[in-house]
Amino acid sequence: MKDNDVCIRPIRKQSHFIEYTLTFSVIIWFIILVMAPVYGILREVIRNGAGIFIDSISSPAAIHSFKLTFWITVTAIFINTIFGVMLALVFVKQDFRGKIFLEGLVDLPFAVSPVVAGFMFIMLFGPNGWLGSWFGSYNIKIIYALPGMVIATLFVTLPFVAREVMPVLAEYGIEQEEAAYILGASKWQTFWKVTLPSIKWGLVYGITLTFARSIGEFGAVLVVSGSIINKTQTATLHIHQQFTDFNYAGAFTASLILAVLSFSILIIMKCVYKRKEKGYRWA
Amino acid sequence: MSVNKGDLTLRSLSLFYIGMLIILPILAITSEAFKGGLQNLWANIVSTQALYSFRLTLIAAFIIVLINIFTGTATAWVLVRYRFPLKDLMDALIDLPFAIPTVVTGIMLVTLYGPMSAAGGFLERRGIEIMFAKPGIILALLFVTFPFIVRSVQPVLLEMEPDMEEAAKTLGATPFTTFRRVVLPTLAPSILTGAALSFSRALGEFGSIAIVAGNIPMKTQVASVYIYGEIESCNNQGALGLSVVLLFFSFAVLTFMNILQARSRRYER
Repeated sequence: MKDNDVCIRPIRKQSHFIEYTLTFSVIIWFIILVMAPVYGILREVIRNGAGIFIDSISSPAAIHSFKLTFWITVTAIFINTIFGVMLALVFVKQDFRGKIFLEGLVDLPFAVSPVVAGFMFIMLFGPNGWLGSWFGSYNIKIIYALPGMVIATLFVTLPFVAREVMPVLAEYGIEQEEAAYILGASKWQTFWKVTLPSIKWGLVYGITLTFARSIGEFGAVLVVSGSIINKTQTATLHIHQQFTDFNYAGAFTASLILAVLSFSILIIMKCVYKRKEKGYRWA
Repeated sequence: MSVNKGDLTLRSLSLFYIGMLIILPILAITSEAFKGGLQNLWANIVSTQALYSFRLTLIAAFIIVLINIFTGTATAWVLVRYRFPLKDLMDALIDLPFAIPTVVTGIMLVTLYGPMSAAGGFLERRGIEIMFAKPGIILALLFVTFPFIVRSVQPVLLEMEPDMEEAAKTLGATPFTTFRRVVLPTLAPSILTGAALSFSRALGEFGSIAIVAGNIPMKTQVASVYIYGEIESCNNQGALGLSVVLLFFSFAVLTFMNILQARSRRYER
């Protein structure tokens, strides 16, 4: 610490007692709370051995569930990237009545319980729902089928891209876009050549978050899917099913794979986060 | 601002998307809930099992928020102010609970504290149940909400200039007084934001608790698991009651956070 000659009252002697106790307690808490469970699953899978590991991941139900998760995730990323950028553009660059209210609604998926989210879609798209009965008359099944699972995933991941792009867009201003416009660029050209490069890292971060949440979503998808094996069972639903069937080895193996996947996403995110300055870290 | 055709198209498409994914589902569930009459809805909310699960959820949420306020602030403080080995690694791993799917969280806790594990067996012989009991719920919630307060306090601490604290110290304040009178008032809004996020997450959490707590009515059944059970047994009316209550709390937390944000923006100016 700095010495200060003009000080009349003595500066208290810097003791390291608080620093060491606090650091020690925080590290212990972190290890018990966060790291120990990671160790737990690693130990369990290693104890089961390679044979069980390979058997569990090569079972048809497991493969099907991971494939389904992959396709739902790709679809959710595709749709929510387009609509997320669109929402961000509208909320940052336009002004209209009710905008603040709508902007607040975009955060709602963060706050709603996944089970309630899934239930909302049953009420809307279920056989007796407002839109469900209409779709039903054309023989299109949404609930207990793939479309419902995609919709539920879209709902829980809706805020990510929009919320990541908005602050970048607001920071960036409109000067360069106006310049491009004056120089004769069309709106479309301006978007591709000026706006998109400027929001690039915010967008990548938002997509990574969408990816992580999509592969991990459980509650909302469980409620709308009916969890039919080899049909509407995603990876997380597969884990749940294996666990409730007392097939612990299967549940542990699939869990470890998902954990490794999410861990890799976390690392990608840390790299992307260094590239962008503005925006939220998570949620 | 003049509105041209392109802007109007974008705005209509955005409205359509929010309308389909957020507004219509909320309208559908609330109208369905109130269709059977207010009395019917109320009866579903205060039915013994529903009320028990909701009370359990609220109490658990309050407990973990209280714990998180201390551990989260302390973690952020240690990460920003002190140096120790592997600090950067720990800083990166704080987000792990957000990245790991909630079902996987539940499974991980089972491998660690389940009856067949060493720690779980040890505790069980001493009569302490963790899995399929209330401590499991608390553990799962602490895990999934751990990053919220750390991540909302950390940036504020990073930006805080040390001159105020140094001034307090030169004036003879103890470290505790400095923390209480100088640091805490600056951190309070970010601690509250993190606490609100933890609270709302704890009220709605499903995946990890469904695995860890089992589904024992009047013992370990939290609100979201109760709602799921009612949907599964095709009792939509029973599920609607608590769903509406949870939705109400979601709106309340969002409003609270917006007010908090508006206030901190006013102070910045």
